[in-house]
Amino acid sequence: MSDNDPDRPDVGSGSTATALREDVPVAAPRPKEGSPVWTGVLVALGAVTVIGILVVVASLAGLWTPEFDWPSWLVSSVTAVEKFGLMFFAIILFVVVMSLILLAVDRARGVRNWMVALAFLAPMGLMLVFGLIYPGLRTMRESFFDRTSTNYVGFDNYATLFTEDIFQTVLRNTAIWVFIVPIVATLIGLVYAVLVDRTRFEALAKGLIFLPMAISMVGASIIWKFVYEYRPDQEGVEQIGLANQLLVWAGREPYQFLITSPLNTFFLIVVMIWIQSGFAMTVLSAAIKAIPDDIVEAARIDGVSGLGMFRYVTVPSIRPALVVVLTTISITTLKVFDIVRTMTGGNFNTSVVANEFYTQSFRQFNVGLGAALAVVLFVLVIPIVVYNVRQLRLSEDVR
Amino acid sequence: MTTTTPPPPPAPTAGPKKLSRAEQRAAEAKTKLSSPWASGLAIAIAILWTVPTFGLLLSSFRPEAEIKSNGWWTIWRNPGFTLDSYDEVLYGGSTQFSTFFINSIVITLPAVIIPITLALLAAYAFAWIEFPYRDLLFVAVFALQIVPIQVTLIPLLSEYVKWGFAGSFWTVWLSHSIFALPLAIFLLHNFMKDIPASLIEAARVDGAGHVKIFFLVLLPLLVPAIAAFGIFQFLWVWNDLLVALTFAGGTPNVAPLTVRVAELAGSRGTEWHLLAAGAAISIVVPLIVFLSLQRYFVRGLLAGGVKG
Repeated sequence: MSDNDPDRPDVGSGSTATALREDVPVAAPRPKEGSPVWTGVLVALGAVTVIGILVVVASLAGLWTPEFDWPSWLVSSVTAVEKFGLMFFAIILFVVVMSLILLAVDRARGVRNWMVALAFLAPMGLMLVFGLIYPGLRTMRESFFDRTSTNYVGFDNYATLFTEDIFQTVLRNTAIWVFIVPIVATLIGLVYAVLVDRTRFEALAKGLIFLPMAISMVGASIIWKFVYEYRPDQEGVEQIGLANQLLVWAGREPYQFLITSPLNTFFLIVVMIWIQSGFAMTVLSAAIKAIPDDIVEAARIDGVSGLGMFRYVTVPSIRPALVVVLTTISITTLKVFDIVRTMTGGNFNTSVVANEFYTQSFRQFNVGLGAALAVVLFVLVIPIVVYNVRQLRLSEDVR
Repeated sequence: MTTTTPPPPPAPTAGPKKLSRAEQRAAEAKTKLSSPWASGLAIAIAILWTVPTFGLLLSSFRPEAEIKSNGWWTIWRNPGFTLDSYDEVLYGGSTQFSTFFINSIVITLPAVIIPITLALLAAYAFAWIEFPYRDLLFVAVFALQIVPIQVTLIPLLSEYVKWGFAGSFWTVWLSHSIFALPLAIFLLHNFMKDIPASLIEAARVDGAGHVKIFFLVLLPLLVPAIAAFGIFQFLWVWNDLLVALTFAGGTPNVAPLTVRVAELAGSRGTEWHLLAAGAAISIVVPLIVFLSLQRYFVRGLLAGGVKG
C-alpha cells in the first residue's frame, strides 16, 4: 500500500487537520484527502468483518462446525493473576480494535457519511444479531420441538403449559406477582414520596427506602429469608427470625412463612415490593417536585389541603409518571427469577414463569418446554412494553 | 422523616423579612399531610425498609453459636462480636469467597466498559450522522429492549459450546455487553440529542470530522450521562444471577458472588453465620458505589428505561 504513496511521510495526526483547515470548503465537512495507509487499514477491517460474518453465519446455519483449540490461558484462568491478566487483555484488545476502526474511518481516503455510520454501528449491530435476534428466533422455533429439539411437536409444549397442574400453579403465581407487586410498590412509593416531600429529613428518608435498589435480589432474598427463619415452637428454643419472633410476642405460634402454601408466594412478593418501592419513590418524587407551584398555590387558595391535595392535585398531575412506574415494575416483576430461585428454589408451589424456564431448561433438560416458557414470557412482556413506550413519550414533559 | 416542619427560628426575630424559598416550601408542607398519622406512617415505612438489612449485617458480626440460638435483637442480653464468620467465608477451605469476589470484579469491569463504548458510538451515529433508514434502524434497536434475556439463553449457550469457549469469562462479558446494548443506546441517544445542534454545526464548520466531534465536543459533555448508565450497568452486572448462572454457573473459576451466595442459601440454608457474612460481602461493593455516585444513578433512572 505504502509503496506507491508519495505522501507517506506526512502521515500523522496533524496532517489531516491542517489539510482540512486549508482547502476544504466550509460546507463539506469530510476530508477529501486521506492517508492511503489508513485506507488500507479500513479496507482490511472491512474484509476481516465480512469474513467473520461469513464464518459465524456458516456456523449458525450448521454448514460448518468451528473446531478451535484455544490456548488454555484464554479460556480457563484459575489464579487471580491470570484472571486479572485476562481481563486487562480483553479490555486492551477491545480498545485497540475500536481505536483502529475510529482512526481508519477518520484518516482514510474518500470516507462517506454512510461509511462512518456503518463503522460506528457495525459492532453493536453484529452483537445484537448474534446475541438477541438470532437466539430469539431460534428459541421460538425450539418451542415447537421436543425436549431435545429433534422432533417437531406442534403446539404440544404450549398445550402442556396451559393444561398441566404444576404449570397452572406457575401461571397463577406469575399473575399474582404481576398484579400485586406493581400496585403495592407504586402505592408505597407514592405515599412515602408525598410524606417526606419538603421535610427536613427528606434526603435521608429517601436514601433509606432507596437502598434496597443497590442490593442484589440474591442479597435481598437472604436478608428476608433470615427475617422469615422458622424455629420449632419448643421449650428453650428461641426464634431467630424477626417475623416469627413478632408472632411469638403477639402470642401466636411460629409460622413456616416460606413453606406453607399458598400464602408463601405472598411472602416472596413482599421482598420484591421491598426492592421496587425505592424505584417508584424516586421517579414519583421527581414528578411531584415538577408540579408547577402555581397549580399547588391555586388549589391552596381554593381551600384544598391534606388528602384533598393528594387526591385532586398531586395524583392527576403525575399520572404519566405513575403509569411509567407501574408498567416498568410490571415488566421487572414478570421476569423475576432471583428471588424465587434463592428463597425457595421454586418449591412449595412458589415457582413463576421465569424460574420455571430455568428449571425446565437447565435442570430438567427439557429444551422444548423451556423455550415455550421463554416465549410465553416474551408474549406477556410485549403489550406492557408497548404501552410503557407510549406513556414514556407522554411523560417526557413531566420529567 | 416526618412531615412536621421545622419550627421557623428566624420568624420572630426577622419578622418582616421575606421567607426564603426553602422556608416557604417547608411552610407549604404543613398544609399537606401533616397529621401525626402521616408522620407515623412515614417512620413505620422507613423502619420496615431498614431493619431487615440491619439485622442481617448485625448478625454477620455475631458468633456462630449466638446467631443460631437467639435473635439479633437480643444482642444486649447475649453480647458478642467476632469476625470469625467473615474469616471462614472468605478464606475457609470449602467456600473461598475471595475467589468469587475476584470473579465478580473480573466479570464486571469489561461488562461495563465494552457496552458503554459501543453504545456511545452507535448513539452518536443515530443522533448526528445522516444515513439512509436511520430512524427505522433506531426504532428496531430500541424495540429489542422487549426481548427478555430468557429467550436468548439456550441458543447462545449452545453457540458458545460450539465455539469452544463455554464456561470462560468471554461468554459472560459478551452476553452482558449484548444484553446491555439496546437500553444503553437508547439512553445515551437521548442524552446526545439534548446537546444543542449549533455546537456540532460549529465544529463541522471548523472542519472537524465525525471522530473529532465525537471525542472533542460530545464526550466531555456526556460525562454525567456516561456515569449514570455506567452505575446502572455496574449494579446490574454485579447483582445479576441469571446470566452468571447460565454461562458461568458450573465453573467455580468464573462464577461470581451472587451465584455462590444463592448456592449457599440452597445447600446450607441453616448456616446463618456463613450466609449473613456472605450476603454482607456481596452487598458492600454495590452499596459503596451506589452511595458515592447516587446522584448520577437517580438521573439515569429518571431518564427512563426497561432492562431486559
